[in-house]
Amino acid sequence: MSAETMLSLKGVTKRFGGVQALTEVDMEVRRGDILGIIGPNGCGKTTLVNCITGFVRPDQGQVIFQGRDITGWPPHKIADLGLTRTFQVMRPYYSLAAYKNLIVPLFSPRARRTGGWRGGGRMGDRNTVAVDILEEIGFERDSYVPYKTASSLPTGYLKRLELARCLALRPDLIICDEVFSGLSMSEMASMLPLMEKLRAEGVTLIMVEHRLRELFSLANRVMVLNFGAKVCEGNSEEVMANEEVKRAYFGSEEVFEYV
Amino acid sequence: MEAVMQSRRKERVDRGIKVRTDGVYAVSSWREITYLVAPRLLLIGGLVFLPLMFSAVPYWQKVLSIICIYSLLAISFDFLAHFVGLVSLGGALYIGIGAYTAALLNTHLGLPPILTIPLATILGGGICTLLLWPCLPLRGVYFAIVSLMFPLLAARVIEALDIFGGTDGILGVAGLPNKWVEMYVLLGAVLIILFGLRRLVNEDVGLVFRGVKDNDQAVKASGINIITFKALGVFIASAMGCLGGAMLSHLYMWAGISQFALDFSIIPIAATVVGGGGTLAGPVLGCLLLVPISELLRDFGTLRIAVYAVILCAFIVFKSEGLMVYGSRKYQQFERWVQI
Amino acid sequence: MEILIYGLINSVSLALMALGFTLVYGVSRLPNFAHGSLYVTVGFITWLLLNRLGLPYPVAMLISLGLIALVGAATYNFILVRIRGMAISEIIASYAIGLAILEGLRWGGLKGTTLTLPVFAQGSVDILGVTVDFHRLLVILLGALLVGGLWLFVNHTKLGLALKGMAQDERAALTLGIDSDRMAVFSMALGAVMAGLAALVLLPLGNIVVESGYHVLIMAVAVCIVGGLGSWTGAVLAAFIIGFAQILTTAWMGPHFQVVVALLAIIVTLISRPSGLFGRQKELEERV
Repeated sequence: MSAETMLSLKGVTKRFGGVQALTEVDMEVRRGDILGIIGPNGCGKTTLVNCITGFVRPDQGQVIFQGRDITGWPPHKIADLGLTRTFQVMRPYYSLAAYKNLIVPLFSPRARRTGGWRGGGRMGDRNTVAVDILEEIGFERDSYVPYKTASSLPTGYLKRLELARCLALRPDLIICDEVFSGLSMSEMASMLPLMEKLRAEGVTLIMVEHRLRELFSLANRVMVLNFGAKVCEGNSEEVMANEEVKRAYFGSEEVFEYV
Repeated sequence: MEAVMQSRRKERVDRGIKVRTDGVYAVSSWREITYLVAPRLLLIGGLVFLPLMFSAVPYWQKVLSIICIYSLLAISFDFLAHFVGLVSLGGALYIGIGAYTAALLNTHLGLPPILTIPLATILGGGICTLLLWPCLPLRGVYFAIVSLMFPLLAARVIEALDIFGGTDGILGVAGLPNKWVEMYVLLGAVLIILFGLRRLVNEDVGLVFRGVKDNDQAVKASGINIITFKALGVFIASAMGCLGGAMLSHLYMWAGISQFALDFSIIPIAATVVGGGGTLAGPVLGCLLLVPISELLRDFGTLRIAVYAVILCAFIVFKSEGLMVYGSRKYQQFERWVQI
Repeated sequence: MEILIYGLINSVSLALMALGFTLVYGVSRLPNFAHGSLYVTVGFITWLLLNRLGLPYPVAMLISLGLIALVGAATYNFILVRIRGMAISEIIASYAIGLAILEGLRWGGLKGTTLTLPVFAQGSVDILGVTVDFHRLLVILLGALLVGGLWLFVNHTKLGLALKGMAQDERAALTLGIDSDRMAVFSMALGAVMAGLAALVLLPLGNIVVESGYHVLIMAVAVCIVGGLGSWTGAVLAAFIIGFAQILTTAWMGPHFQVVVALLAIIVTLISRPSGLFGRQKELEERV
């Protein structure tokens, strides 16, 4: 089971005008992995996520999810297969209450098939399922928080809401695009167990992150991107020890003290 | 700094009765119930009694029917623009297609109005949706531009190909039995659609529509095909317009290219802006105000469009919330000035 | 041969109509749906100055261009600036302004009577067996001059570069000390003048009628969408594509289909390449 490949990328390349955003990126994620993707700003992390989830069509290469070639598929079909993502710039439905935000994913064909996160077929009332999911992810059920409009929620809750939107689909793989950035230490601390729990429940995670400390504590493998190309891949010690990574990405030794 | 820097701002507080009627306490006393029901009753009652009030002046009864047709269009514009996120500047397309479909069904197949009207509603909605299908991936400006061009184009095509009676239009469409039927069918349609849509936008499907409007990327990421939902929204909206068009062609016993005219595109938009976008009831209110003005200005020819355009502009710039939002705020909240 | 020459003339006319629209959209992201009405207004003002005040033709043209620049600037400064950034309101408001002007004109004078402007030069010439009047040749010449002049202005003057800067990134331009509102006012005025120039060049070929306002708007929008909103090279190229397509359909199928061609061009473009021939990547991504 551990060897089963969830997602693999073969030579994914993307150009924007004259800018080479991604060059021949290969990647493999196995079921139950937590793969971290790191790299300096503008190295193509978000473009990579966009290519995988169908928001951008790669120029070359293949994206294979659970044995199916999903290159160039529209985003909603990819999400329907169980590959979901969060957005780096949070995209809640601002005018709706937090739990109503989850009605949209719960309405999707996939959620109807799977019954929503742990919904187990009691999809009769989507509102109940929505509040259940929010509680699962750290919204206090009896407080006002799940019922407030999304526009009035602080960043920490919005990030969770992003994640909750993915969970509502009962996905097999979640790509988290910088869920930790912009969070306070305590907010992050409360997110970490959540991630562990997800992995324990068999969800595969890809985490695009700038927060290395938290990432290294979670991820069993880390991939480093620079200028749109893969620099190296391995567990956190290997990556940190890699000379090329130090030179090309971290630039100097000082950064490591910060880590 | 002892300089007089007195500044103040307006503070708004919900009225006690508004807060009480939010929850289950709404049914606790007649006062609360009246507070909740009164505005709705006023609208329904007003619309139901208007034809009776004007029974002495048939001309204004006709105007009332026209108001209803415009209201249907205005509600459809409001629904598309504020709940699905598609701004359709070409309401005339729906009216025209509905009118022609009903007229053709009536004159060629000989169906009676009781069949042509529902058929034209559904068929016309389908035709409009198919026509607009290629434009559905577009957003904002792009969709507005293309939808604006469709009615103009439809008129040109009919003219150029000389189909469906060419510039003369289709004559000899059967009329409705009597004016009471036409008025109450239209009023009933407006009320049912109004309250139906108000309920729909808060149902789960409606939330998906609103999601598409707020943030279509997130809807895609949720595994929902937004084109399907946009098409569904356009179908609902255009079917409403086609219903209006079908009624119109039976009302005038004629369908012609003037039913693709600018009036049908601009008045609903103006009514929505004046009445308050995103409220669904506002557009009806706007039509009740604007269409009579239009009738009074009929002698001045195209000046009436210019008048609308000016009203529209003034509202969109200076009072963009519209009458309905303004009214319900006054109804539900106190306002007072507080010193800062 | 006839098709070639008239296609060229038609294309240049379309380019003239579209340049003002694409300029305003390119600089301030404002779809100016009042474009067509500005076009007609210039024709009307010039006619008034010529026939009612008896001013000489060039003077009348200059005054009406000045006036229309003021109208354009005022529209932005008093109305559109208040709803900047609300895309829906922008479209509706500018469309409403255009309607008010056009239908007001129709009511107040452009009804029944046929108004015409004199052509710049009488006579015609035979080119390879096709008779072309001088004015139509002038259209080509003036069109080319205008496009060239605009290009020089944008790329080689300070003001033009400021406009270009704003077109590329409004916020960045703001931090560099470019007053975006003033630039937008200026671009609206310039756009209005472009519409005016197009009117002065093209209107002598026909009558001044209100319908041409809608026609110009549709054509300008069609050209801009096919070329990619806000892109000038695209607009010129698209003008040529649509221009020749129209002449060809007129020759084969009849003049009624001219507008159909424009709409088909838009739809085909939007389906196959939503951001137009020279559209920007950003816009494309916005609509993925």
